[in-house]
Amino acid sequence: MIPELGQLSLALAFCLCGFVAFFGLAGAAWRRQRWLDALGSMVTGQFVFILLAYAALSQAFLADDFSVAYVANNSNSLLPWYYKMSAVWGAHEGSFLLWTLIMAGWTLAVALRGEHLPAAFAGRVLGVMGLLNMGFLAFLLWTSNPFERLVPMTPGEGADLNPLLQDFGLIVHPPMLYMGYVGFSVAFAFAIAALLTGRLDTAWARWSRPWSNVAWAFLTLGIALGSWWAYYELGWGGWWFWDPVENASFMPWLAGTALVHSLAVTEKRGTFKSWTLLLAITTFSLSLLGAFIVRSGVLTSVHAFAVDPTRGLFILGFLVLTVGGSLALYAARATVIRSPARYTLWSRETALLVNNILLVISMALVLLGTLYPLAYEAFTGGDKISVGVPYFNAGFVPLMLALALALGIAPVLQWKRTSPTRLWRDLRWPLAISVAAGLVLPLLISGALAWQVVAALTFGVWVLVSHLWDLLFRARRGLGRVTLGYWGMLAAHLGFAVALFGISLTSVLSVEKDQRMSPGDRDTLGEMGVLFEGVGNRSGPNFVAQRGTFRIEDGNEVVFLYPEKRRYLARESVMTEAAIDAGLFRDIYISLGEPLENGAWAVRLQLKPFVRWIWLGGLLMAFGGVLAVSDARYRRLRRSVPVGTTVADAA
Amino acid sequence: MSRTSLFVPLGVFLLIVGVGYAGFKLNDPHELPSALLGKPFPEFAAPLLADSGTVVDRTALLGEPVLVNVWATWCPTCKAEHEQLLRIRESAGLRMVGVNYKDDPAKARSWLRQLGDPYEFVVQDADGSLGVELGVYGAPESFLLDARGTIVYKRVGDINPRIWRDELAPALARLNGVAAGGKNE
Repeated sequence: MIPELGQLSLALAFCLCGFVAFFGLAGAAWRRQRWLDALGSMVTGQFVFILLAYAALSQAFLADDFSVAYVANNSNSLLPWYYKMSAVWGAHEGSFLLWTLIMAGWTLAVALRGEHLPAAFAGRVLGVMGLLNMGFLAFLLWTSNPFERLVPMTPGEGADLNPLLQDFGLIVHPPMLYMGYVGFSVAFAFAIAALLTGRLDTAWARWSRPWSNVAWAFLTLGIALGSWWAYYELGWGGWWFWDPVENASFMPWLAGTALVHSLAVTEKRGTFKSWTLLLAITTFSLSLLGAFIVRSGVLTSVHAFAVDPTRGLFILGFLVLTVGGSLALYAARATVIRSPARYTLWSRETALLVNNILLVISMALVLLGTLYPLAYEAFTGGDKISVGVPYFNAGFVPLMLALALALGIAPVLQWKRTSPTRLWRDLRWPLAISVAAGLVLPLLISGALAWQVVAALTFGVWVLVSHLWDLLFRARRGLGRVTLGYWGMLAAHLGFAVALFGISLTSVLSVEKDQRMSPGDRDTLGEMGVLFEGVGNRSGPNFVAQRGTFRIEDGNEVVFLYPEKRRYLARESVMTEAAIDAGLFRDIYISLGEPLENGAWAVRLQLKPFVRWIWLGGLLMAFGGVLAVSDARYRRLRRSVPVGTTVADAA
Repeated sequence: MSRTSLFVPLGVFLLIVGVGYAGFKLNDPHELPSALLGKPFPEFAAPLLADSGTVVDRTALLGEPVLVNVWATWCPTCKAEHEQLLRIRESAGLRMVGVNYKDDPAKARSWLRQLGDPYEFVVQDADGSLGVELGVYGAPESFLLDARGTIVYKRVGDINPRIWRDELAPALARLNGVAAGGKNE
């Protein structure tokens, strides 16, 4: 009964989204104030009904209701309760339900916090978001119903949640990622509303900036969590694979990063207007492409896509309508780029232009590398090729170094023009320090000069020092005058430098050994001694495990690590649980491979220097995004009636 | 920069969509016409999985409707489908025969021991020759035969609850309806 109520709630939410779309868009076009006034309650309604549906599915999981197909396929009575809760988004149907819930949540947030917006503009924004969620709910109801029953073939036990997903990282990773993906729908809706209104001034950029920052921060966090999860859960120590699923989240991140910066120029200087609109549309389109396509399975193989043709066609149709429609609107309404404000070569505008160009090229690189194998397979009728890590690295390393180079100059640059003499005065010390650090630090860390390490450290220190130098300069005039927006920028940029350190040092300096070890065998890892004490048995709630014991001796310090080989009972699948001794400067990573004869095991020992810095950098970036939104001027913005409100909009 | 340049993004997007759509259409296994629909199941002679010394032929399929399921241990989808087949076998009592396709008989036997065996019998098709006769595109595939051995339904891909409910169960009901009608005459 409860699953049916959930389904009914979804249907009601679908209708309410239709109302929001109609009354929002038509109310704004025909200036019906009463229609616009009613939007708030309708938006609340759709959120409440989707929440009810979500609660209904959670209840089906907690109650082990295996007559619901989705529960039967993704849960098991032995599964701990917290994994039952997170199993709700463990597969296609439920994760899409979460997606619509988050979409409804963002819409509600815009309705609640957007009271300072002109009513007609807010109506259009909410209308566009309602239209989007209507599409998502239609997809859910007609092709991916999570409440579908297995009657009369109700199984007695569920097939269990994929053991890879039975993990804390996977409890938090998808919601964060979806918050980011869906969050960019707000910037998208603002851009569409601006195009519909025909008012392409700086107002829409100012209004949508905080929303874009928050969405960007969530997406950053989501990607970092995903990388961290892959590192410890997949069992072999990789933290980024350039696989299509990761690329799908990385493309909107790159476009979104460009958007966040481009919005700043549009708001402050009134330039890049068309470009910013295009980025807002692109970012959300890539989010849609990513999430939809990952979930449809098309990226693993075109066959998977075709196996459920209704889903595939729906997705394609939805993409054509939303992305095609908005790009057509853009073509019809956007003004040809004219730069009313002039700027010179040495200006913040130029730096941000370089930032945008580099990020968009990176995004195109990833897009090409992700879609090319797919197109190839489709046209050759099943031949597969893979675009490998070397392709991505070859393209990405120079692009990111160029980005770091430009980033180091950025804090010193002023709007419009900066005199080259001043630039030299402010940057010569950071330049000298970074070159020196690039030559000395690699020797201190690894005792050798690998060119990759030298390049990465030079550029990383360059970003770090030039920003701190600028902060020092500002601090002399009083730290109280440094705005939260500036602190946010600083944190995000330092995060980039920290991630750059982590990525390059881990990639170049990691030690990896695959050994055959019998109980009592000793080995070394860097300067540490490793003693394999043996393997014992242990049983968990829904698995049995073989657990190895390793004694790590690092000088006088002794650490024990316990990697496991788990066999999950319901699916008969074997998982490798690596054991990690995490540290700020190095991780020790041990995983059990295959059992060999006479109690010996294939063991993988890894030393991963500075690997934590990758995710630390991600956290810093996300933190920076949040700090920037907390800036006082956004609060002022909400309190005061915005300047530039036209009569038509106020009506 | 001219006004037409504003249409560039739209053009790029439509190009990507066009390529995607053409690709998926080209490669949609469901679009493959099945020459076998309505035709008798091909003649064959194959050893049993349970006992390689015994050879069965087409006549073993006759007498009552049967689902011929092409499967292999190397096919992950088959494993998911297997649970479904067990469930259907139990709830609907449909007769099932397996074709173990391009597989190692020892592995196949231990698979059935571990996961349960919904099949009345399984024939070995180690070299895939029966698969060629059947036009098998990939495992899993399933054929529903009537009592006279005519193929009335073919499924490329796994049998999941949706397929069972929307396609296979109705096809089976039609068969049983016809059979019952025949008896009443």
